[in-house]
Amino acid sequence: MIIKILGTGCSKCGKLEKNLDKALNELDLQANILKIDNLAEIVGYGIMSTPGLIIDDEVKSVGKVPSVKEIKKMLTK
Amino acid sequence: MNIFNWVNDQLFKMKWLYNLVRILVEEIFNLSLETRIGTSIHFFIYDVIKIFILLSVLIFAISYIQSYFPPERTKKILGRFKGIKGNMLGALLGTITPFCSCSSIPIFIGFTSAGLPVGVTFSFLISSPMVDLASLLLLMSFFGAKIAIAYVIVGLILAVIGGILIDKLGMEKYIKDYVYGVKDTDVNIEEMIPRDRVNFAKDQVKDIFDRVWKYILIGVGVGALIHNWIPQSVIENILGQNNPFAVILATMVGVPIYADIFGTIPIAEALIAKGVGMGTVLAFMMGVTTLSFPSLVMLSQVVKKKLLGVFLAIVTIGIIIIGYSFNIFSFLLK
Repeated sequence: MIIKILGTGCSKCGKLEKNLDKALNELDLQANILKIDNLAEIVGYGIMSTPGLIIDDEVKSVGKVPSVKEIKKMLTK
Repeated sequence: MNIFNWVNDQLFKMKWLYNLVRILVEEIFNLSLETRIGTSIHFFIYDVIKIFILLSVLIFAISYIQSYFPPERTKKILGRFKGIKGNMLGALLGTITPFCSCSSIPIFIGFTSAGLPVGVTFSFLISSPMVDLASLLLLMSFFGAKIAIAYVIVGLILAVIGGILIDKLGMEKYIKDYVYGVKDTDVNIEEMIPRDRVNFAKDQVKDIFDRVWKYILIGVGVGALIHNWIPQSVIENILGQNNPFAVILATMVGVPIYADIFGTIPIAEALIAKGVGMGTVLAFMMGVTTLSFPSLVMLSQVVKKKLLGVFLAIVTIGIIIIGYSFNIFSFLLK
């Protein structure tokens, strides 16, 4: 599984990363996490409000920090 | 007293809070409101609490509305309109999309890559920090409905005209090349349920509070200083009707400064109390909120120098014209 976190290093991106870690841990999943901080690249995914979360090339969340519970749901779908 | 006045006094102007703080200063601090130190402290406490309350309520309400218009969706809506209609809609949507200047660059890249005319994007970029529902209600609370509505209307007009001018001047070639290379992608954002919107709005309040509380304290501090410690004659000579260059001066001071409307309003309030013209004060506010040194640095990531200069010139001149017009016609708004 490839997971991308999109953001330019704002505090929200850090929070998103933490929640993601927790969700992965609780589900006992392994993933390859990439952080994308280049704005042109971020917008290339169609995202204009950060942070964004992409799981296996599918945009799952835009412009907000999803909770651990929400991320778990995204991961198991 | 009719109900409208009561709502205006208690809800918008918060007379109850004014009186509560007066009791606090007089009875507990034992300072008379006749003294300078007493009025300064009263101004500071009253204004800080009032602005914090307004900020929380307004940002919550506005974020709830904003949750229906994320930039990804705004982009799609704007793509359907051509010409001046696009500019007008861009300016209008600017009032209900997030006003954080940090999101303006991804929005710029996204709009441009979607093929929106440069003028429509700029109409959006001018109105987004200058005019929003928060500024409308905040100005209503401090200066009354007429001035608030006039501010919003002229702000929107400036955004529309500014965008059209940038289009007519053929500025699209002064956008950095890499921006055009970005692939235009639409994402489908899941519709939020009401509880999500409430959470989103709560997060926004917390976020904006974290970001702006220091500017509010500084703003109220400067306001208290102007209000009670700088003689009226000094302010009048520099920014009052005696100085024909007052509006230009206020704009020039306001432009490089970065703050949002919540930090600016206490300074504006104090300047008005000192007899500075409404137009001069509004020019200062527009300069502070719309343009700033940091936002220009950010914008220079996506546009070439020439377009940056034209943008700066159009907005600055527009603000100065608005300032003088308000000063001349302010008797109509009394």
